[in-house]
Amino acid sequence: MVTAPGEGEAPLGPPPDGAPPVLALAGVSKAFGAVQALREVSLNLYAGEAHALAGENGAGKSTLVKTLAGVYRPDTGRVLLDGEPVEFGSPADAQQAGVAVIYQEPTMFPDLSVAENIFIGRQPKAALRRIDRRAMHDRAAELFERLGVALDPEQPARGLSIADQQLVEIAKALSRDARVLIMDEPTAALSGNEVTRLFNVVKALREQGCAVLFISHRLDEIFELCQRVTTLRDGGWIASEPVAGLTHDDLIRRMVGRDLDNLYPKQETEVGEVALKVGRLTREGVFTDVSFEVRRGEIVALAGLVGAGRSEVARAVFGVDRWDAGTVEVNGERLPPASPTAAMSAGLALVPEDRRQQGLVMDHSIERNIGITGLKALRRGPVISRAAERDRARDWAIRLQLKFNRLSDAVNVLSGGNQQKVVLGKWLSTKPDVLIIDEPTRGIDVGTKAEVHRLLSQLAADGLAVLMISSDLPEVLGMADRVLVMQEGRLVAEIPRERATEESVMTAATGGTS
Amino acid sequence: MSTVTAGRSTRNLVDLVFRARELSIVAALAVLVIVTVGVNGNFLSEQGVKDIFLNASILVLLAVGQSVVVITRNIDLSVGSVVGLVAFTVGDFLAADHGRGIVFAVVLGVAIGALCGLVNGLLVSFGRVPALVVTLGTLYVIQGVDHYIAHGRQINAVDLPPALLSLGNGTLFGIPYLPMIAVLVMLAVGYYLRSYASGRDFYAIGSSPEAAALAGVSVRRRVMAAYLFSGALAGLAGVLWLSRFGTVVADAANGWELQVVSAVVVGGVAITGGVGTVYGAALGALLLTTITSALVVLKVSPFWQQAITGALLLLAISVDRLLALRVARVLRRRNSRHGS
Repeated sequence: MVTAPGEGEAPLGPPPDGAPPVLALAGVSKAFGAVQALREVSLNLYAGEAHALAGENGAGKSTLVKTLAGVYRPDTGRVLLDGEPVEFGSPADAQQAGVAVIYQEPTMFPDLSVAENIFIGRQPKAALRRIDRRAMHDRAAELFERLGVALDPEQPARGLSIADQQLVEIAKALSRDARVLIMDEPTAALSGNEVTRLFNVVKALREQGCAVLFISHRLDEIFELCQRVTTLRDGGWIASEPVAGLTHDDLIRRMVGRDLDNLYPKQETEVGEVALKVGRLTREGVFTDVSFEVRRGEIVALAGLVGAGRSEVARAVFGVDRWDAGTVEVNGERLPPASPTAAMSAGLALVPEDRRQQGLVMDHSIERNIGITGLKALRRGPVISRAAERDRARDWAIRLQLKFNRLSDAVNVLSGGNQQKVVLGKWLSTKPDVLIIDEPTRGIDVGTKAEVHRLLSQLAADGLAVLMISSDLPEVLGMADRVLVMQEGRLVAEIPRERATEESVMTAATGGTS
Repeated sequence: MSTVTAGRSTRNLVDLVFRARELSIVAALAVLVIVTVGVNGNFLSEQGVKDIFLNASILVLLAVGQSVVVITRNIDLSVGSVVGLVAFTVGDFLAADHGRGIVFAVVLGVAIGALCGLVNGLLVSFGRVPALVVTLGTLYVIQGVDHYIAHGRQINAVDLPPALLSLGNGTLFGIPYLPMIAVLVMLAVGYYLRSYASGRDFYAIGSSPEAAALAGVSVRRRVMAAYLFSGALAGLAGVLWLSRFGTVVADAANGWELQVVSAVVVGGVAITGGVGTVYGAALGALLLTTITSALVVLKVSPFWQQAITGALLLLAISVDRLLALRVARVLRRRNSRHGS
């Protein structure tokens, strides 16, 4: 049953034994600049219960986790511990209160040993408050034995696989006797066996009275592990309800909240000759034997879970990272490895995933950001012509329907969607034949999202070959002519548009376990 | 099971890399000494050895303080100026009245150094200004203050209490005080960094500031403490400088900050933080001092000394980089095997 969120009223039914929730959010809102990440969200976590948090990318799950963990303070609303309002001023406060968080990307100290990573700040002490290294080692070994994993407490954390890093984080939570265990997509980078092992540990913790908040994109896992589920959409609370009685489709409908079919129309285009051809590309330990082609007029999506190696493939194709074996051809010509300059002049363009860090120079103006990819063309004699730069920027601002005050404004005052348009303008102005775009609409509001999609569709219609990496399944299904699915560094499936469904893509991405 | 063996071999590899650094400095020292003695037997005379250790002591103290800062992924360029300021002001203070005790002089010097460290620490940790800029700024400001106080004057050995001068040049059981102090400080700090929870925090911060904050380490307080400590040690070094040389003008220890940073980096403390020991840094300081002395004995122009220091620095960081790449590669291979 779905309960409506009342004013200040907890959205979940009464606890099993009348005890207040161990940890709760009541009407919490949080904004970052113009982006409202959480709107009036309430959530109750009870002892002995595993609670799932579901929602699309950008629904506000990570913000919620960081609020519970004391990283962010809510703008409005309260955090409740055992029913009492509490203010976590820092992650340390939350940890003191028994809240342990395992982040999507584990936060390790690469230079310290595994045992030190577990006990940092709380090392077992010998006389004179010295660190008792032997006790620390033994206790770490004991924890690993309890978890049933073979890790050496003395090895440095540098180079541990993601799965092992997560186990270290869980050992850390265990060592703290955490009352609340929050896991932000812990399974994204794990293989089948590793997931089973993790779940056994989590179930044991839950039975011991731990409250668990579990975030995963793999719906099967939610059904397997959790008793209740809370769904978020675009920062807002949608539902909190028992898992029993729900179906996959129910849950997806709550997450997506709209009809998938009509939202992202890609125009039918005429598919031309092969523009990008990747052959058996391998970067050791990152991805293996990846082959595919993208033709003119086509949008090919590269789907998969976080950490499957999609962005890494894109980086290697564009020459940012070196590859160990294989070939990349653009318009039939082989690219030399590790040369973005050669890739650009061959007609490749890469719109990276993280536009703040990699896509834009944030405190430079719009015109400079757009101009930077084509400085040669903007030269008049030995100097860059400001007028030419401005003309080009104005041209693209109009074509992309950019919303701005002046072209000389710094890009960091623009909204996420408009920033993305600037990145697009910057790369499209190089007149590429192949556009690789990584997470084209991450962190962009719905309206601009549709504009970006229309734009990509238009570009394909004009004969551009587009390789789109996206974790946003509706986007993948709506936009792509073909879906390539990666799992753990390998290309595991190629699904044509007609057969691409949420289920078929997720099944391939998760290794076909569902 | 494969994880365990793979883990072991990684650990051995990484262990080897770090021990290799300290061993290779000792080896370089040995080669240097042997070659120099081969050319001139006097290099290892009692006085010659004593001189090297006396000269190295102050650099070792500064390198120990600097290591703590560098381990947190920061840098303190102001230490040379602090030494100069402390040497002059404390000298001025003692010269004014011979009755003033040297214990008080040491306390005063350490306090002045700590104050400078406090300013650096506040600006870096709470002001969130990059350490390079902050300490470059304080380097010049402190130098300016020093010159203002000195006003062209000079402190002369004859004006200083004999007790202070004997601290700089006296011995206990034939061993000069200065190296003893330096070794004691090094051992204490080394032990603290290794065996105390707050000591490990410095490594944690340098290894990953974000992870440290998430783990509840009070990053700002520790960074603050690192600067305070580096400043205080520079203060102590200033008093020792005064006691060793007796004659001090305003720009004493001018430019030493670069020598100190070189010693630390040559000694295997990663400039990116999180890695290294004060023992390595101290060995680095000893190596640089020995090179200077050896060049004099070998009659090499002193101008070459700086070039050699620079070359050594480049060699040290190149080796670090190569080894890091090597380790990363091995780990990547291992994970790919492990994963598939």
